[in-house]
Order: sequence, then C-alpha cells, then structure tokens
Amino acid sequence: MSTTTKPEFASKIPVNKGGPEKDPPTKQGFSAKQLILGLLFGVLFGFLLQKGGVAKFHILIGVLLLEDFTVVKVMLTAIIVGSVGIFSMYGLGLVQLHIKPTRYAANIIGGLIFGIGFGLLGYCPGTGAAALGQGNWDAIAGIVGLMLGSYLFAEASGWLDKTLLKIGDRGKLMLPEVVGLPLATFLCIFIPLLIVGLIALDQLVKR
Amino acid sequence: MYRPFTMFPAVGKPGRTPNIPSKNELSEIDPQKGNSMRMSLLAVLIGLVSPADAMAQAAGTDPLNYSGPAWSPYWVGALIGLLSMLTFYFSNKPIGASTAYARVAGMVGKAVAPRHTESLKYYQDNKPAVDWEVMLVVGAIVGAFVAAWHGGELTGQWLPPMWQARFGVDSYVMRTIVTLVGGVLMAFGARLAGGCTSGHGISGALQLSVGSWIALICFFVGGIATALLMFRL
Repeated sequence: MSTTTKPEFASKIPVNKGGPEKDPPTKQGFSAKQLILGLLFGVLFGFLLQKGGVAKFHILIGVLLLEDFTVVKVMLTAIIVGSVGIFSMYGLGLVQLHIKPTRYAANIIGGLIFGIGFGLLGYCPGTGAAALGQGNWDAIAGIVGLMLGSYLFAEASGWLDKTLLKIGDRGKLMLPEVVGLPLATFLCIFIPLLIVGLIALDQLVKR
Repeated sequence: MYRPFTMFPAVGKPGRTPNIPSKNELSEIDPQKGNSMRMSLLAVLIGLVSPADAMAQAAGTDPLNYSGPAWSPYWVGALIGLLSMLTFYFSNKPIGASTAYARVAGMVGKAVAPRHTESLKYYQDNKPAVDWEVMLVVGAIVGAFVAAWHGGELTGQWLPPMWQARFGVDSYVMRTIVTLVGGVLMAFGARLAGGCTSGHGISGALQLSVGSWIALICFFVGGIATALLMFRL
C-alpha cells in the first residue's frame, strides 16, 4: 500500500486500451482441485470478513445509516491493494482480467433492487454466509430468500436478456476508457485519490 | 438520537418471563457506553425490564454502542486485496458470492422440476452444479465460524440486538419475513446487476469496471434509503 512503489509497478503495465483477456472457459471451476481451492479461499475470506466486523448486523446496517464506516474502510483498502496487486500481475502476464460487462440499465436498476434487499436483510451474499458462520441464525432465512430470488431471476432471464439487459450495453468497459487515459496513467491518479479519500474518511468518522 | 426512558414502558410488559441473555449476546454490546447502561441496570434492579431487554434498550439503535471489528478494517481490507490476487493467480477467478446461491437454487430446481429448470436461459448459461464459488461461500461460513470462535464472538442469536432495540425483543416473525423478502430482492438485484458487494463491489471495482462502480454506488443508494426508513424514521 506504500505510495512509493506505485510508479515502478505502473511503468510495467503495458499501455493498452484496457481491453481484457478472453474469459476462461466456463468448465473451469468444476475440477476437484478448484473445488478444494475454492473451499480454502472461502475459509480465508470468511475468516477475514468476521475479523473485519462485517459479519455483524449492526456494522453492516451502520454503514447504511452512515454512522459506522467499517465496511467502507474494508472495501476501499481491498480495492486499493487488490487493484495495485492484480494490475501488477496482469502487467507481468501472470493473470487474466475478469471484467464484468457494463449494462447501464441493468447495473442501475439491479443495483437499486439489491440495495433495498441489503437494507432489509442487513447482510449481503458474502457477509450473510459469514454472519451464519458466527451464529447469526437470522441469516438462514436470508439465504433461503437469496436462493428464491436467484431462481426467480432465472425464470425471468429469457425475457430480461432480450429487454432490460440490452439497454445501455457497453460490454467490458473500464474507467480509464471513459476518461480517455491509458490504464497506467489512470491508476497513478486514481489509486492515490482513493488513498487520500480513505485517510480523510479515517480522520472524519468515529468508526 | 436515543432516548432511554421513552422506550421502556413499551417493553416492560408485566408478567413476561425474563429471558436471561447469554454471555455471547452481551458481548455484542460495547461496555464502554456507561450512561444509558447504568440507567438500564437500575431498570432491571427495580424489575421494570428483563436483563436482555435492558441490554438491547441500553445500546439502542446506535451502531457505535455495539462491538466494533476485532481487527483493524485496514488490515482486513489489505488481506482481502491480497486474497484477490491469490484467487486470480491460482483459480483464475475473482472473489464473488452471489452466483453460488443461484447455482444451489438451480440444483434444487433441477431436483424438483428438471425439465423446467433446464429450459431457463440463466441455467443454460450457468450450469446448476457445485463449483468454485459455491465452495467459496461454504468455506466462508466455516472461516467465519473459526474467526468468531477464536475471538470469542460466537453469537448464537436469532435476532441481532440492534434489530431488537428497534423492532422489539420478540420480533421473530417480522425478522423472518423481512430477511426472506430482503434476500429475494437482493439476489434478483444481484443477478440483474451482474454481481454483489463482493463480485462488483470488490472484484469488479478493483479492476476499474465501469458497470461495477455504477452497481456499487446503486447498492449503497438503495441500501441507505431503506435502512434510514427502517431505523431512523
């Protein structure tokens, strides 16, 4: 996270339009090796979520009430470290990117519906699993709801695919493309901005 | 924000069997907050409310009256960032949680109505089977249990104390309905938006995906509006 290493890593990233590599074949992730790795990474993920306090109902609701900013601190730090790390590895040719498609209508409407669910449930899909692990049994009904909602979406998926998901479909669009900067230049500006934002947040809020 | 005395009469129902809070339940409440805590101890002593109710009342709906994170959120965030690097390198996958629920739902659907489930567009594109991400979510349950056990933070509770302070200590039915509806909306929204707080909020955002930042902002806009209506109106 130290700012001094940034220009070095950034110079290693090939200046491209930010176009990601092809997605891996969907078969990946079903092999025994990947199932075990998934479990292992999941244990680490759940452990970290609980230690970060984001399996707690009051901390998750706290961020939505703009009174407890633990969630923002965890997420922004993860974004900063992960961004620097993954784009460095990408620059070295060690990993592929996995950019989700930008679909303006679906991102906005789906995001808002998700948010309403977030407020009601108090957990999200990852932290809900962590909440269950630490003994918040109310997450069980939430998980049942998550499965019902997923199936409900699948029921509507044929229709949504032809309608809402087509509106404002921009494909794998990245922020550097929108502002018209090379990836490396963008990172050199964006990451310090996020760090400054995080420091300011830390000074301003009680928790 | 919180008014200790105005809320007591509603809770101190006569003839209620007092439910004694477990040690763990109490551990969620920050002992540093003395003032309202002392008042509620007094209320317990003179028999107005049961200890569990009093604890919930004392901490109220201010999230800062409850326990904070066990570790620094910056350390945890940095380690989640490092974990992302590991999943990209070793599994060629970004961290994400929501599609795991869709896959398991599809497996249930396939067991109940196989032909119908297979006819659905989503399950033609996404095989309903146990994959890396399902294992990630199963692992997260285990990992959170280990962390909570290690830190003495196992809760074993059906209702979060802050929820109880707002909606009543016995609001089990209401909580079940609200979480169920919340879960349905959340999963539908996640599938429509293309990810959740992990997939868009962390993995997508760190890769500078435009759709992920838009979705992340909308998650919080919807969530803040809903939470404020529920807890601050």
